[in-house]
Order: sequence, then C-alpha cells, then structure tokens
Amino acid sequence: MTIKELRDKFISGTSTPIEAYEAARRVISEKDAEVHAYLEVYDDAVTAATDATKAYERGDFVDKPLLGVPIAIKNNILIKGKKVTGGSKILENYMASYDATIIERLEAAGALIVGSTNLDEFAMGSSTENSAFGPTKNPLDLTRVPGGSSGGSAAAVAMCSVPAAIGTDTGGSIRQPASYCGLVGMKPTYGAISRYGLMAMGSSLDQAGTLTNSVADAEVLFGVMAGRDPRDMTTIGPDTYPEVSVKETYKIGVPRDFLKSGIDEDVMQVFEEKLTELRAAGHEIVDIELPLFEAGLASYYIVMPAEVSSNLARYDGIRYGVRQEGRDLLETYLNSRADGFGREAKRRILLGTYVLSSGYFDAYYGKAEAVRAKMRAELGEVFKNVDLVVTPTAPTPAFKIGEKEEPLSMYRQDIFTVPVNLTGVPAISIPMGKVDREGSMLPVGIQFIAPHAGERRLFDIGKRVHDAG
Amino acid sequence: MTDAEAEAFKSEIDSILAYVSAVDALVDKGDLSKAPGPVFNVFREDAVTNDPGSYTRDIVRAFPEKHGDFLKVKKILNPDSTS
Repeated sequence: MTIKELRDKFISGTSTPIEAYEAARRVISEKDAEVHAYLEVYDDAVTAATDATKAYERGDFVDKPLLGVPIAIKNNILIKGKKVTGGSKILENYMASYDATIIERLEAAGALIVGSTNLDEFAMGSSTENSAFGPTKNPLDLTRVPGGSSGGSAAAVAMCSVPAAIGTDTGGSIRQPASYCGLVGMKPTYGAISRYGLMAMGSSLDQAGTLTNSVADAEVLFGVMAGRDPRDMTTIGPDTYPEVSVKETYKIGVPRDFLKSGIDEDVMQVFEEKLTELRAAGHEIVDIELPLFEAGLASYYIVMPAEVSSNLARYDGIRYGVRQEGRDLLETYLNSRADGFGREAKRRILLGTYVLSSGYFDAYYGKAEAVRAKMRAELGEVFKNVDLVVTPTAPTPAFKIGEKEEPLSMYRQDIFTVPVNLTGVPAISIPMGKVDREGSMLPVGIQFIAPHAGERRLFDIGKRVHDAG
Repeated sequence: MTDAEAEAFKSEIDSILAYVSAVDALVDKGDLSKAPGPVFNVFREDAVTNDPGSYTRDIVRAFPEKHGDFLKVKKILNPDSTS
C-alpha cells in the first residue's frame, strides 16, 4: 500500500482514514508481538482519524497531502506529550515537552501519527539489536535483523502496518534498513530537513528521511518536511546550492575499485543486472574513481563518536530521564550513566572522548575532518563528469539476529552509506532484487547518490527504476 | 562502567583505533585546518523567541526529583559535611 493509493481511496470514498487507522491497529496487534517494530501505539490517533474522515466528506483535503495517512515515527523524534526514549533506558520515562519541526509539518499536512518505532539506542547501530527495549525482527524473515538504526520504522512499513515511516540517517540508518526490508529509503541533503526536535547523535551527519513503498511517496513526504527552519540554523534554502537538473537520460558513475571486495557475490550480480537494465533504458554507465571513499568509514568512526560523546553528555540524570542516586553529585552522574547507557553508547562515548582528548585531537579528529574535506572535493570533481553515482546500498542482505557480535564487522555494513553522510549529499536506496539465504529470498537495495540538493534528480531516476516497473 | 565492561572494551577499542588510524596516511599536516563543508553565517538576533513560562510546566514535570518548581540535586560543596 502506498500513500498515493490510500489518498486516492480517501478522495474517491472507497476507504476512510478511520478505516485506515483501524487496519493499521489490526496489523499491529496481529504481527507486532513478534516483530516488535513499535515501542508505543497511540490510541488518541483515533480522534485525528475521525476528524480526517469528516474532512474528506466535506471535501476539505486539497491543501493537506497526507490527510488521514497513517505514519509511524522513529522514537528519537520528539512528539509533544509522548514518551520519547531514543531506545535508551536513560530516557525510559521521558515525555517530550515540544514537537520536532518535522512533526509539526507532518501534522499540518494531515498525517495520522499512529505510533513510535524501535531503534538502536540513540540511533547507534546497524541492526536495531541495541535497543534497551529489545530487538526488532525483520518481517520478511523473523530470524533476521531489519537493519538499523531505523529498523523499527522499516519493519513497520515492511509488515504493512503503515504505508510510510520517518527515520533518521547518520551513517546509513535509513538506507540500510530499506535495503534489508525491500523498501525505498531516502536520506536528503544535510540541512534539507530541520533537525529541531531530533535527538542529536552526530550533529554534522544526522538527517531525517523516509521509509516508503514507492519513490513518489518519498517525494511527497520530502515536500512536506523540507525547507528552512529558523530553529535549525543548518537548514538550507533553495539558493544554498546550485540547481540540480532533471534530464532525459543520465550519466551514472560506478566506483569500481570501491566495489572490488567485501560484497557478497550474488549481491554484486544483482547490482550488475540492474546496471544492465539502466544501460538498456538509455543511461550511460561509466567507471569512476573515488579512492578516498574506502577510507571514509575510518574517518566516520572518528567524527561520529566524537560528536556522540559530546551530544550524549546531556544525559546525566539531573534534569530529566532516569536518575540513579549516589552519595554525592559525581556518584549520581556516574551511576545514572553507567546504568542508563547500553554497551554501544558507552563504547562510542569512550572512543569519542579519546579521539578528542588534547594529545590525540590532531591525529584523529583533525585528520578525520581533513579527510572529510578531501572526500567532499573528490566527489565534487566526480559530479562535474557524471550526474549520479551508484553503489549497492549494503554489502550483504539482512543478517541473522546475534550474528555480528564484533563491532568492526557491524560497522562495515555501512561502508557504502557512510561517505554520503560525511559529504552531506542526498542518496536514495531502492530495491534492486533478491538473493537466496538458506531458502529465504531476501531483498537488497541499490543506492543512487546525487550532488547537494539533488533530491529532484533522485526522485526522477527512482520513479523510473522503481515505481514504473 | 563495570570492571567486566572495561575489560571487554579494552580490546574492542584497541582494534577500532587501529582501524581508524588509517586516516593518518590520507592527509598531510597542512590540510588540517580545512572545514569539511561550506561555512555560512547562521546567527540570528539574540532575542527571546517564546513566551515566558510557556514550557515551565512540562520541563518541571520531567525533573527526576523536585521541591515545588525547583530541581533537587545532591549537595555540591562539602558533600561530607552535615551542615
């Protein structure tokens, strides 16, 4: 089910928002005990569903493109008066005191927010196994992970409870779960969508985006959420970057060296088949070189933990969240944080404080930021010659729950998605085919990368590759 | 952090640091001052943008421990003295 199909039904009167809401609740009660996509389901959404149903009866829907459309929200995005935990024990009782800008915009467009979805703690992970409230399972194969960190949002759409969900993407946290769950996952340009009201993880990398069944739906949601926000001074406007045009056919670059190793053979085969299709559709496929992109992951695991260690300093059990009392103030901080944070959060705080410490700052953080600047320049050169860059979204299909214990092997899942966040460009993951794992046919995604502010081009190629087929 | 956690982190963090040290070879010292992206002036006027008190109730409600509308915390100075 897509937003567009649902909207058409609401307008023609063959279905109503209240029916859609009830259908969402039915699917959740049937499937979610096992999948665990949701952390909370909102009973009060029934009021908005009733109002939306009446609005369609009155014909009052034209300026509300999402009126009555059920949507799920990753639980690191603030919704006023709702529990927002970030998947962390340290915030297990936290009620948001304001709405994120994107929540205001989605609600102004009529969206029906039906629940909050599970995530790796503070969006740190690639499998949704790091949630303090238990893992989410992949609805397509319950022995496997849905990807992460927006795994709950992906699973909510993949199990057909909602046509769309909102996630956040710091290093691949929308695109990789989209790939694992057979969905369209969109990570816009850094600054395209306001981060006001998002729990910060890596502030120079974080961006909200969408998990949907079609590219057209991703476009509708982007239209609703994007745009300048005075409360997030990193948001960009229409004049920030040069315009990125839409063309009849595109010149698409493939970073061959980058794809030489570490990718499952059959994933690569599906990718090659997709390239052949693109060529047959009239696009020009050329080899490009992005030597620094391989190194990208190393600089990401410096920059990101550095920002994490700083952003997570606010969770100390003093003003909100869970407080574990100690003998004095220091012990209260220590107890609250030792008890409140999970292993991955602690690991990244330790790494981050280490790479930022005075003796090591230049060697790690300084160098990593310099690598990032060079990557950005390298990609800028490539985009002088090609319109889009394409890679598999992830090197493998969904892996088994519990399979990746060692942090570095988990981190490598993000090798193709991380450079996009480091350079701030937009990218979209689109299902490209399936591969067989122990009799399970698992989806894998292809990632298109565009220049800064190139969302329109991504939607254009995406609709031709995905929606039309 | 518990002792068992510290022990496990020791080898994990060593291997991660060894891995991320790859950045060292990629740039010269001279590149260090570069900003990763374009830099814009984003400052606005320093003015109050919300009505006074509009968030107070919700924020006080989130306090783990309170005394009226005051946030209660452990004593900071001379924590061992009784006065």
